[in-house]
Amino acid sequence: MANGEFLEFEDVSKYFGRIRAVDGVSLSVRKGEFFSLLGPSGCGKTTLLRILAGFERPDTGRVLLNGRDITALPPHERKVNTIFQSYALFPHLTVRENIAFGLRIEKRPKKEIAEEVERMLVLIQMEDQAEKYPDKISGGQKQRVAIARALIKKPQVLLLDEPLAALDLKLRQRMLMELDLIHDEVGITFLYVTHDQGEAMSLSDRIAVMNGGIIEQVGTPGEIYEAPRSSFVAAFIGDTNFFEGRVAEVVGGEYSRLVIDGFPEVLCFNDKHISVGNPVYLSIRPEKFHISREKPETGNRHNVVQARVEDVIYQGLMTRYWVRSGEYRISVARQHSRFLLDETPIRWDEDVWISWHADDGYMLERYSESDEKLVSLPPENIGEVNGEGNGAA
Amino acid sequence: MKRSRVPLVATVAMLVFFYLPIMVLVINSFNASRFGSTWEGWSLRWYLRLLHEREIWYALKNSLIIAFGASFVSVLIGTAAAFALHRYASRLQKTHYAMIFAPLVMPEILMGIGLLLFFVALGVNLGLFTIFLAHVTFCISYVAMVVLGRLQDFDFSIIEAAQDLGANWWTVTWRVLVPLLMPGIVAGGLLAFTLSIDDFVITFFVAGPGSTTLPIRIYSMIKHGSPPLINALSTILLVVTFTAVWFSQRLMEDAK
Ligand SMILES: Nc1ncnc2c1ncn2[C@@H]1O[C@H](COP(=O)(O)OP(=O)(O)OP(=O)(O)O)[C@@H](O)[C@H]1O
Ligand SMILES: [Mg+2]
Repeated sequence: MANGEFLEFEDVSKYFGRIRAVDGVSLSVRKGEFFSLLGPSGCGKTTLLRILAGFERPDTGRVLLNGRDITALPPHERKVNTIFQSYALFPHLTVRENIAFGLRIEKRPKKEIAEEVERMLVLIQMEDQAEKYPDKISGGQKQRVAIARALIKKPQVLLLDEPLAALDLKLRQRMLMELDLIHDEVGITFLYVTHDQGEAMSLSDRIAVMNGGIIEQVGTPGEIYEAPRSSFVAAFIGDTNFFEGRVAEVVGGEYSRLVIDGFPEVLCFNDKHISVGNPVYLSIRPEKFHISREKPETGNRHNVVQARVEDVIYQGLMTRYWVRSGEYRISVARQHSRFLLDETPIRWDEDVWISWHADDGYMLERYSESDEKLVSLPPENIGEVNGEGNGAA
Repeated sequence: MKRSRVPLVATVAMLVFFYLPIMVLVINSFNASRFGSTWEGWSLRWYLRLLHEREIWYALKNSLIIAFGASFVSVLIGTAAAFALHRYASRLQKTHYAMIFAPLVMPEILMGIGLLLFFVALGVNLGLFTIFLAHVTFCISYVAMVVLGRLQDFDFSIIEAAQDLGANWWTVTWRVLVPLLMPGIVAGGLLAFTLSIDDFVITFFVAGPGSTTLPIRIYSMIKHGSPPLINALSTILLVVTFTAVWFSQRLMEDAK
């Protein structure tokens, strides 16, 4: 993968009346990258994509592609192509003619067009459907035709706006794999819009998490999951528990002791060197907890807290425990072997111990002076809705 | 369960009510007798007689010139109007709708008188040209209505897709928009044609000497004799109109 900035948004904003659909976004995407824009509905993902495709003119900022300012170019002069959410196949043209459309317009030689189309048909495995009209093929096939129709133009960036949203779960998983393969095969930069964190996590090289028109964080799926930079990101990606506290003491350089109202003091990794006295959120993912009936023997970097089980939800892949400790109701996820053989599973209303390593908690500054929007209160429910991580939303 | 007979009876009654007078006319056009009251056997003599009526041929020629001209021009303007109405939402849009569709509900006699006064005020000589203009005014509304119907369930992301694939405005129009809207445009044109070719009231007001159209010719024939000829002529007109309407319906349905 070649490095260097290939596609750049510089302070791009777009307002619809009073709505700030995109609000001062700066972003750079590398060549050949599979880059996702991830965020809840209405956060401005589509608008940002349409600005790049040329369907919307930004109110501020500029867009650079391969070093060239393309902000003012009309859509048909940009070397980017879009897969529309509704596919937008031409109903009066066959599959073959749909795929050929882009090259016909360029008035390429007939023979060359025929060859290219044939290659695309092979790529999407639809050689035998070429003469059908779009209303005679299935949703997944339409999707593939839309991909072929865009790829045949050899765009510098391929834009995909929730391309899988209209498909059922099974088909979505298959198309997910196919997209991955196609990306590897053609080596084009993909800009992928989705509100489904499962899709984004499994496909992307990097993800930009958007919220309310701004970019909250850009990073690899691992970085975003393990080291969220804002409470929004922590809550939106996967599932998490938030604790509200204050840094009480710095311990041995990299660690801090936190006081949390209505909860025991805890030790936490503090790589951001948040200073003593600052209010913070502590985010701990459910799977980072260990739950046991006996008090576990742990090292000195561990936190151990007593709790009472309020709910046990068996979910097959894992079991989710809701436990109460002090004022907090905490979600704990535990995978288990020998589930049916275990004669004394932890049940409702039992007293248990939960423990976690100090490195597994993540501190987020509650009031950041540089950017107030960066850390806001965790949105209600978001973590729970998207929490199961299977992307079935 | 026994099904109610009421709907069937009602339907038949409706059909009889609508089509019996027309059936009488059609059957009588094949009647050998001069008078509709007696039946003297099947005959095509009135149709043959029509061939020799130079006045009728002249009127037919006028009607066709106007119908073709008016439907062509109203298709251009009506389609453009439909686009404007659909694409450009403005504060005046409601008013625009009302203005375009008023002729659909306006009493014809009002339009006829209005146009007559207008032409006279401008000092335009009444004749084929004024009839043509009058027909264009009301045909535009019908074309606009039909095309607008097609536009309403048109997926405009298709146009963005075409632009995205490198099509400029011109290419989008000719490769995507027109082929997809063609059934609506043709249907609108056919509708305009049938309306124009058998319009009487408005034409009657704005026609001048020497610009007799077929409906006006028929009207004057009723006053001065020869009912069987009129029957034959009306039957032909009927067939032509029905064919055009049927065709336009087919086009609308195929495109669905
Ligand atoms: N043409 C428009 N006119 C007015 N407001 C618009 C327009 N397009 C988008 N918006 C608004 O801008 C905001 C961002 O919209 P956008 O479509 O970019 O969101 P999104 O992230 O793609 O959401 P979704 O996941 O639902 O597709 C929304 O509040 C939306 O209502
Ligand atoms: Mg969207």
